[in-house]
Amino acid sequence: MHKRTGAQIFVEVLRSEGVDTMFCYPGGATLNITDCLCRCPDIKQIVVRHEQAAVHAADGYARASGRVGVCLVTSGPGATNTVTGIATAYMDSVPIVVFSCQVNTSLIGNDAFQEADIVGITRPCTKHNYLVKDVKDLPRIMKEAFHIARTGRPGPVLVDIPKDVTSALTDVKVPDKVYIRGYQPNYNPHVGQIKRAMKLLSQSKRPVLYTGGGIISSSAASELLKFAELLSIPVTNTLMGLGGFPGNHPLFLGMLGMHGTYAANMAITESDLIIAIGARFDDRATGKIDEFAPRAKIIHIDIDPTSISKNIKVDIPIVGDSKLALKRMVEIYEAEKADFADFHKSIKSWHEEIEKWKKGYPLTYNRDGSLKPQFVIEKIYELTKGEAIIATEVGQNQMWTAQFYKFIKPRTILTSGGLGTMGYGFPASIGAQVAFPEKLVIDIAGDGSIQMNIQELATAVQFNLPVKVVILNNGYLGMVRQWQELFYEKRYTWSRIYAPDFVKVAEAYGAQGMRVTSENEVEDCLKEAFNNKKPTFVDVHINPEECVYPMVPAGAALKDMLLV
Amino acid sequence: MRHIISVLVENEFGVLARVAGLFSARGFNIESLCVAETMDPTLSIMTIVTTGNEFILEQILKQLNKLINVIKVVDFKNVDYVAREMILVKVAAENEKREEILRLTEIFRGNIVDVAPKTYTIMITGDEEKIKAFLNLLKPFGIKDLVRTGPIAIPRGDKIIKIKEGKGEDHG
Repeated sequence: MHKRTGAQIFVEVLRSEGVDTMFCYPGGATLNITDCLCRCPDIKQIVVRHEQAAVHAADGYARASGRVGVCLVTSGPGATNTVTGIATAYMDSVPIVVFSCQVNTSLIGNDAFQEADIVGITRPCTKHNYLVKDVKDLPRIMKEAFHIARTGRPGPVLVDIPKDVTSALTDVKVPDKVYIRGYQPNYNPHVGQIKRAMKLLSQSKRPVLYTGGGIISSSAASELLKFAELLSIPVTNTLMGLGGFPGNHPLFLGMLGMHGTYAANMAITESDLIIAIGARFDDRATGKIDEFAPRAKIIHIDIDPTSISKNIKVDIPIVGDSKLALKRMVEIYEAEKADFADFHKSIKSWHEEIEKWKKGYPLTYNRDGSLKPQFVIEKIYELTKGEAIIATEVGQNQMWTAQFYKFIKPRTILTSGGLGTMGYGFPASIGAQVAFPEKLVIDIAGDGSIQMNIQELATAVQFNLPVKVVILNNGYLGMVRQWQELFYEKRYTWSRIYAPDFVKVAEAYGAQGMRVTSENEVEDCLKEAFNNKKPTFVDVHINPEECVYPMVPAGAALKDMLLV
Repeated sequence: MRHIISVLVENEFGVLARVAGLFSARGFNIESLCVAETMDPTLSIMTIVTTGNEFILEQILKQLNKLINVIKVVDFKNVDYVAREMILVKVAAENEKREEILRLTEIFRGNIVDVAPKTYTIMITGDEEKIKAFLNLLKPFGIKDLVRTGPIAIPRGDKIIKIKEGKGEDHG
């Protein structure tokens, strides 16, 4: 093997991993690699305006496409700026590889210019991370990083590469195979446990499927649909699970949890058997944990053993891949249909009960003539028919989207569920647009969130990425204001915020800006925006004091919802 | 409840920080931690003593297993094992007390590893009970300094702490 520099090997490994896109920001320490990449037209290089956005964009790219997202940043502040992005991907199990460049190995630990111990800083928020001390290790470490990011429970991996490693020469080959003796995720669910689960299911009368992001990451949506339909089991999704089951399906209960539907939260509360798949009993989903599904037995299927019996005691734990588990469950059902005769009889009355909740307390809002955010989201759904890729920011905009946009297909929602990162949606939508240049990509934002990464307008314009940002502008940090209204006697401390003229901002960047102030303008304006070939901000002045309902107050049980 | 856990890890920089970080991030307690290379120089064994209820212990074991650099985790709860600790203790030893301390040390099969005009430094190994008993006997003489390794443990009989063989598969 001939000798190559670390930078050349870097490109070689990217190619061997099939990387066609990376999100990056240059600096002193990246220069050797940056120079190598100028001869790589096959790798799209999207240069952002802030490193946090590079990671969110790689994350959005990964969530929308299912491929590993890649970013490259420089040392010191370049690396530390990625931390929020990495933590966001970690909480939501998104496969990304972040390459940070580092000062020369001889300077590490010397407080050198633009030095930060990024491996130390990101240790608790990466699935794994590496410092490459010798160019001979670079190909193996890079291959391992991609392998770790996308297998098992996916997650972010950071690789820190000192500048002298990128210029050092080696003749080491890029390995074809990865073998890590301490890392062998278990995909195959235990058959005995699956049989026990199916036996329990055949005896249940009020089962609920509670499914999360694991359905999306293991591409198990069609298996879930088949299983749910065969046994006619109602399905509720976590925020991360949206799109994993068709939002317009009769068996769909809507999202559960703090801003879940009445039907979903009541079904959980009254259920006698919860089948949790790829969900982790997060506090926003369960409400008061002692009163979560008080009468139910729990089956929990998850690829990550640490998620099982972490927050809630589980009756039948099953470690494994959601898709394989669902396939096994369908096989067992088809082989032993006779055992489910009673099940099919009794489930009818369960459906009747659920129907009463669905009809009695549907998702709704007061149409009082003012411009309501829920109306805007219903319109976006109507116009896109669930075919768009929707990103959200965090707060009210996120919850209204989760409630009123019906996600039909997996990988059509990009949202920071676990960490709740404001400023995530816009760069994530840029990443998704890079992955799917022909698709309509919309970020549903608030006037607070959009200001957290608004500089990425320049990236969208420079690289001709026609993302649409619908800003639900209420002049408040809306979710904070809502809590202050409900629990702090309307003392709106810090939550009233000033925002610039978003139309002018968009125009200043060379994008298009539009404004909507009344209900009857919504449809036409959205249509025009969606047909526009430019990145577009739609500034929608909504009723400033609208709240998200239903709401389970923090620490309350799911059944104790505040309704409209 | 007190638990002894053995963790077989890659002998690499940063692994100790990962394990320690795992405990500190979750507020789990490390009572003692002992780490050194194994017969295979690419591996190290950590013996960790921790406290917590069953629920916490289960999370600790699972979280340790989840670390990429961790190859095997052994919880000694249901394993018959031998655990030993070494201490170095500096005790005031003057006049007729010197003879008495010497005798005690012999009874406990310890060694005097350093002698000074007014002190002895004693090395002793043993299980928790033996060390406790020895220290209790030394206390009246005046313990000046004490350093302990924390226990290390190994299964009894033919059982060994070994790597589970598996094949690397690319699931991409």
